[in-house]
Amino acid sequence: MKSRHKKLLVIVLGVTGLGIAAALILNAFQSNLVFFFSPTQVERGEAPTDRAFRIGGLVESGSVKREADGLTVRFVVTDTAKSMNVVYKGILPDLFKEGKGVVAEGKIGTDGTFNASQVLAKHDENYMPPEAAHALEQAQKAQETLVK
Amino acid sequence: MIPELGHFALIVALLLALTQAVLPLVGAQRGNLTLMAVARPAAQGQFVFVALAFACLAYSFLTNDFSVDNVARNSFSQLPEVYRITATWGSHEGSMLLWVLMLAFWTTAVSVFSRHLPDDMVARVIGVMGLISIGFIAFLLTTSNPFERLLPAAPDGRDMNPLLQDWGMIIHPPMLYMGYVGFAVAFAFAIAALISGRLDAAWARWSRPWTTVAWAFLTLGIVLGAWWAYRELGWGGWWFWDPTENASFMPWIAGTALIHSLAVTEKRGAFKAWTVLLALTAFSLSLLGTFLVRSGVLSSVHAFATDPARGAFILGFLAVAIGGSLVLFAWRAPRMLTGGAFNWFSREAMLLANNVILLAALGSVLLGTLYPLLMDALGMGKISVGPPYFNAVFVPLMAPALFLMGIGPLTRWKDASLPDMVGRLKWALAIAVATGFLLPLTMKGFNPWATLGFFLSVWIVLSVLIGFRERLKNSGRLGNLPRAFWGMQLAHLGLAWGIAGITLVANYQQERDVRMNVGDHTELAGYTFTFKGTSEHPGPNYRAARGTVDVSKGGKLLFTLHPEKRIYNASGMPMTEAAIHPDFFRDVYVALGEPLDEQATTWAVRVFHKPFINWLWLGALLMVIGGFLAASDRRYRIAVKSVVPAGAAAQGA
Repeated sequence: MKSRHKKLLVIVLGVTGLGIAAALILNAFQSNLVFFFSPTQVERGEAPTDRAFRIGGLVESGSVKREADGLTVRFVVTDTAKSMNVVYKGILPDLFKEGKGVVAEGKIGTDGTFNASQVLAKHDENYMPPEAAHALEQAQKAQETLVK
Repeated sequence: MIPELGHFALIVALLLALTQAVLPLVGAQRGNLTLMAVARPAAQGQFVFVALAFACLAYSFLTNDFSVDNVARNSFSQLPEVYRITATWGSHEGSMLLWVLMLAFWTTAVSVFSRHLPDDMVARVIGVMGLISIGFIAFLLTTSNPFERLLPAAPDGRDMNPLLQDWGMIIHPPMLYMGYVGFAVAFAFAIAALISGRLDAAWARWSRPWTTVAWAFLTLGIVLGAWWAYRELGWGGWWFWDPTENASFMPWIAGTALIHSLAVTEKRGAFKAWTVLLALTAFSLSLLGTFLVRSGVLSSVHAFATDPARGAFILGFLAVAIGGSLVLFAWRAPRMLTGGAFNWFSREAMLLANNVILLAALGSVLLGTLYPLLMDALGMGKISVGPPYFNAVFVPLMAPALFLMGIGPLTRWKDASLPDMVGRLKWALAIAVATGFLLPLTMKGFNPWATLGFFLSVWIVLSVLIGFRERLKNSGRLGNLPRAFWGMQLAHLGLAWGIAGITLVANYQQERDVRMNVGDHTELAGYTFTFKGTSEHPGPNYRAARGTVDVSKGGKLLFTLHPEKRIYNASGMPMTEAAIHPDFFRDVYVALGEPLDEQATTWAVRVFHKPFINWLWLGALLMVIGGFLAASDRRYRIAVKSVVPAGAAAQGA
């Protein structure tokens, strides 16, 4: 092979490699995006039933119940308009509290309960997780339009 | 009085920064030596005044001056003294002041260690750094004054975020900022070279040690952050692909590419435009990282929109810095494009591949970090991109680069022979492949990720050893080898060590969440954990429930761990303080969840067995040492009188 051909070959290989990398990145990106839904949106059936998503809102006061094993926790997440049941097994984050903001990631079960694989509460007492704040805001807006 | 003194010192520093930027740059353009000579004293004077401002702020924190708003919001009378000092850079305002202090420090370092550089180069480099400094001091004074008074004074402070009250957090921000801001030196050198039109091997040689030192600091900063997360967040994880982490990781990737590209530019005179572009990119990403973390855009795009002063300032600064430097690049760089030719299989080609792969990886991190922000800002819904994306993309992208890392350093510049390389590396390849397949079988059976990780780390280690053996044939003694060579080898070895640690801990760690009453025990990885209950334990600014967990093996008590659940007095914020028993081969990690009954005798407890996690920290430390060693090579200290023809010293990039 002449050096010119070699150079061409290297360039072609390089471009192919980058193309594969880009395809890999975009494919992984597509399949790993986690969308966020508020309890109201879930109620309206907007959330997917076959893939994981995030919900957020407030932990309803008095709703946290522990099962006998001590590690399975059931609680209700509400955006003040609608609420949904969540079940989670494991240790909850430090800032998980009734009446405070929470975001959970997981899948919805056949009985409509949200099976959380992860519960997130941010590391600041005053700080509301942005998704939870968003859910409350949406619910508030919806209610205002109803009143009008 | 002291806060006002600090405020005043900061204003003087701004004036000095203006002098430092304008006069030397004009002088360099006109060839006026008097104006150029202003650069050094102005830079050093600016450092003195910024340091004075910083000292004033630290004093206000140390003396609990709650009439200063910043102190009242971020400190507390019961806070131990050492954390009162670190609280100086725990807040937004303080950390920006630290940023400026670091910049002034780097500029002063340039002014001291640049005796062998031409006057106009020094004037331009210091001038450009002065421009950056003007931006940041103006940002502090207009939007984030750390000395703002609070009238009437607060009776007590609101305390520092409990998570930051850890000694990992004492040194993490300064090291991280040393790295971030260090890339400003590489940036300033690149801009100076573009202005002067002298984009040559000498320029690359001047910027190399600075870039390497900045990279080493950034590495240390990132690893300290990961180590802090591991110990302090109570989840046993050390990297979450969180936007704040990505913000520091992106400049690191660009900096790593830059270090390698600079090697080619210095040795062979090739890749010039590319190297300059990387220098601009690395610092631009440092600015972007500062913007992401400091503008509040991460916690809420909407909060950013309602209080836009800070974010808009940094965004504007970002646009001017990045846009301006790219325009300069487009205008000047095409005139300077000449480079040495090289074959497709050569050291240059290997380093080019390294750069391409690193930038692809950088692109994937950038996409995953900025896309959710963009969607949110455009009102197109809330999404998150979590660790699964980054793991799925980053590992397969970096694997080829790590494989090439075993070949590149052994490849000759310009033109190498593939059959010769195969002959030198065939045994290493065979051993690495065999280890990759056999080692997992001795543990938990075949596992493709473990195979990949073991293969790559053994491969790199063997390649480093071959590198040493071949160099010793030529120069006889280890002591004769240049420090640059030692540095590269140690850094590569450190990376291999770290990869081995990551592979082991990611694939073989064990964890268990258990409900434990006093006297209960649980088994994990051959250890027996016995819960002895908790007791009240007051700290200086918190109350803790302090657990006692006996860890034994085969009936023999090995050690006792004391994990804590703390409630901080000022904020009422709860925090998990994990207890860790470290060892060269594993960590035993215990964290208290929450009490499960009224009397708090039953607790949710999380236990981890983390095999070889410390190899990760040790490997990273070796990379840092390698970086400093390489930067101290004596050839960087020899005066460069004229432009050295590229390719004079062919080995030891």
